[in-house]
Amino acid sequence: MVKVRIPQPLRALTNDDEIAEVSGKNVRQIIDALEQLYPGVKAALLKNGKIRPDIAIMLDNKIAQLGLLEPVSEDAELLFIPAIGGG
Amino acid sequence: MGKRHHVVTTINGEATEFLCEPRQSLLEVLRDVLFFTGSKEGCNDGNCGACSVLVDGVLIDSCCMLGVEAEGSEIETIEGMANNGELHPLQQAFLEETGMQCGICTPGFLMSAKALLKQNPQPDEGEIRHWLAGNLCRCTGYDKIVRAVQKAASNMGGGA
Amino acid sequence: MSTKEKKADDLRVVGTRPIRPDGADKVTGRARFGDDIHLSNMLHGKVLRSPHAHARIISIDTSKAEALPGVVAVVTGADFPVIEHEMVSQGEAGLADMRDIADNCMAQDKVLYDGHALAAVAAENPHVADEAVQLIEVEYELLTPLMDVRSSMAEDAPKVHEHSFPGFFIAPTEAHLPNASRVHMSSGDLEAGFAEADHIVEREFTSETYHQGYIESHITTVDWDSNGNLTVWTSTQGQFEIRDNLADVLAIPIGRIKVIPMEVGGAFGGKDRIYLDPVAALLSKKSARPVKMAMRRDEVIRATGPSPGTYIKAKMGIKADGTLVAADLHLAYEAGAYAGGPIFLGVVSSAARYNIPNFQINGFDVIVNKPKTRPYRAPGAPQGLFAMEQIVDELAACVNMDPVDFRIKNLTREGDILLPGFPLAPIDTDLTLNTLKSHPHYTAPLEGPNRGRGMSYAMWFNLGAISSARLAVNPDGTVHLSTASSDMSGTRMTLAMQAAEALGIEVSEISADVSDSQSIGFSMPTVGSRTTYSTGIVVMEAATEVLKQMSERAAMLWEVDVDQISVADGVFSNKSNAEQSISFKELGSKGRDTGGPITVHQTSSPESFIPGVTAHLVDVEVDPETGKVDILRYTAVQDVGKAVHPDYVEGQIQGAAVQGIGLALNEEYFYDKEGHLKNASLLDYRMPTSLDLPMIDAVIVESPNPAHPYGVRGCGEHSIIPPASAIANAIHDAVGIRPDSLPMAPHKICAAIKRKQAASD
Repeated sequence: MVKVRIPQPLRALTNDDEIAEVSGKNVRQIIDALEQLYPGVKAALLKNGKIRPDIAIMLDNKIAQLGLLEPVSEDAELLFIPAIGGG
Repeated sequence: MGKRHHVVTTINGEATEFLCEPRQSLLEVLRDVLFFTGSKEGCNDGNCGACSVLVDGVLIDSCCMLGVEAEGSEIETIEGMANNGELHPLQQAFLEETGMQCGICTPGFLMSAKALLKQNPQPDEGEIRHWLAGNLCRCTGYDKIVRAVQKAASNMGGGA
Repeated sequence: MSTKEKKADDLRVVGTRPIRPDGADKVTGRARFGDDIHLSNMLHGKVLRSPHAHARIISIDTSKAEALPGVVAVVTGADFPVIEHEMVSQGEAGLADMRDIADNCMAQDKVLYDGHALAAVAAENPHVADEAVQLIEVEYELLTPLMDVRSSMAEDAPKVHEHSFPGFFIAPTEAHLPNASRVHMSSGDLEAGFAEADHIVEREFTSETYHQGYIESHITTVDWDSNGNLTVWTSTQGQFEIRDNLADVLAIPIGRIKVIPMEVGGAFGGKDRIYLDPVAALLSKKSARPVKMAMRRDEVIRATGPSPGTYIKAKMGIKADGTLVAADLHLAYEAGAYAGGPIFLGVVSSAARYNIPNFQINGFDVIVNKPKTRPYRAPGAPQGLFAMEQIVDELAACVNMDPVDFRIKNLTREGDILLPGFPLAPIDTDLTLNTLKSHPHYTAPLEGPNRGRGMSYAMWFNLGAISSARLAVNPDGTVHLSTASSDMSGTRMTLAMQAAEALGIEVSEISADVSDSQSIGFSMPTVGSRTTYSTGIVVMEAATEVLKQMSERAAMLWEVDVDQISVADGVFSNKSNAEQSISFKELGSKGRDTGGPITVHQTSSPESFIPGVTAHLVDVEVDPETGKVDILRYTAVQDVGKAVHPDYVEGQIQGAAVQGIGLALNEEYFYDKEGHLKNASLLDYRMPTSLDLPMIDAVIVESPNPAHPYGVRGCGEHSIIPPASAIANAIHDAVGIRPDSLPMAPHKICAAIKRKQAASD
């Protein structure tokens, strides 16, 4: 099972659950699985069919580069964080 | 287009003539009329020194002088600093001491430092910093520029 | 094929100090910066800018400008295609709205800051263009300007934009914040945390808008061909960013645009966004001639992308033994005229350095009638640390703890979970602080009245992200390296050094260039301290592939299987015949005989969130009569993982520290009540000169970054963060006042000293 850490702003949609365990082979499947458990999270995470540009996804502490298509391994930990930049 | 004046001058030892409008600065003439693009514009009002040149041996900001005022003068720009391909000790020192990063202020600093060492071949750190205060650098924090000038002064027989 | 594994101390090239080849052109004035291009038949463009901070545009009459002899084309907002509000990731400072970007280049209905572009002219020479701009007549309806974050967040503040914000990081737009967007992070139980605290300090701070201050302004030259293809010559940190922004704003296909990077005269985060480019493109289209546009210095200050002014309220608590136990931060950062400033970076940098079990941050991205804020070297961090590192200093004093010891007690270390939820990647954070503490400066005597010493500690994360590189082996066996990474600091050299190290050849055998957007694969801009690290990794991946292909050629030459070939230090050998070996150069020059030239193009995306830390120490002298603060001595210790070229790393540390000193003591935007910028010149926007500073002692420490083969961490940004707080702490040590407002200009210090004297009288 993939362990998903629910970011603060979404906890209103997840009955305050901080962690969800779901199955999925890639990020898209994980988000669909989350939507099954907590209706509304998909709309909060996606825009125009892609991950919102202000959100980055960390899988086992590495930033996912492929967005929804990023493969997710069996026991991965997934974290949503704000996308950052630099100057 | 305003009426252009004919100006005769010497630039880096070569007799040079050009036409310019009265409202064109010497910097503009150098860059856009004569295509000596080594002198740079940073502010156009005498506050950054990126356009520093020597006119009759005096260090000036060429953005604050008009092209027509150059009549009869001897102008030295960065393009004349190396001698037949051989770098001036200041240029060499800037390379060795990494006295630059982006390089936009470098021509101005080199002209300014050249004028300093002509006047004071053995400046101490305070004198260097004081003289160069009219040249702004945003990349280096000035450390390596000062060290480059110190090294050049020493190599040129002065040094303090 | 096998290659020898390199240990850090085996390195041949990395860690040395060769002279950069592009340096010669820079000291002779031959290097071509943005303005050093002249195309035949070229026109010069100039922009009409709003004199008002906030106004509706009722009408624009360009007829007199068009009639001026020498004027060839005029454009206004009406010439721009209408595009949707679309939130895009800029890869930099989070997100932006494409329509906002277009509107910032040229206003459509409203002008939103003093300097906002609303029309432009192309003429035969720049003076005629200047005259023409002044002939354009505009009718405005003045609106109330919002000039600081608190007025803009007030309940009754007028709404600046009609379209609503997307909300930053999933937070829904909040109706009671018409001009702001909120990012919230928390952990633990704040109330319980403060209940546990034995000492609590709560303070408010403000800071003013400041600018990157690059000496070269913004310049762009454009030309169209007869097929509608656009070429842009510009000085930029990111040619792909410029290309993609232009495609969106002009509504033309990306494939039609080629951006050619010129040398960049400083950028620091301010030059990866379009300003003049689409305007020049439209003027060029209308006039069917090339157009060059260059901003004057006042335009740069008024109308590009400064760093935000802020209002910060911070409350922190410790236990009696000095352990940080709770922190509550309210950070309101100016976004400028459009949403999307560096608030999240301000939040993360504030949260990452110490373990604080009960922590809340509310960050606000606030619209004000000032130019849209853009990244400036560690965006958002100097402001946040100005607040936090002073409070930390005060708390340390409450329990009589040495300031460095206090930081060491509370440091985050490798593996500690940071506030956003991920662990701190491998780094020895103690190393930097211990190095500072054992530096002679730390215990040097500091005598005399009004003199004081202060320190500060900062953490920053460098980006990885996507880069491309091409290595081509030339017919003479030398190598050419192409990347897209614009070079402001010597990165052509540090990338070539990494290639030389990986290939086993001398760095003098490698030439390097910065390629245009059609000649190399996509790359993120030179930002986020990423280039030496991230593009370096991609360069080395390309080098590995080059060695692999060359090994195949050697196998072909010697008629053996490729697994018989070994390569080390630039020499290929036949494992089954000790007599057979060939140098890289000689093998490379046989390219044509063995199947053709070897050219490898590589694109990949190294890891982001690589931490780097820095600790600064400063001695100051305060003049109590004038409030002037002199820097007597400055030491900056920074962990760079591995210094590829130590001179360049020192240069980054020193340059960043001096920018930090500038924003600490002098740099700010002065606006009057109506929102007019009063100091848009380098005389009154006061940046440090050589006379303001002593030598900056830059001390490199290295705790290797395992994500890079040689341990490199990004290093360019970090040292801009500590100076403001280190100097503030030193001022407190000197004269007993706590500066609460940046910059710490003489009149403020003077007033604070007088207040203190009055209070004690």
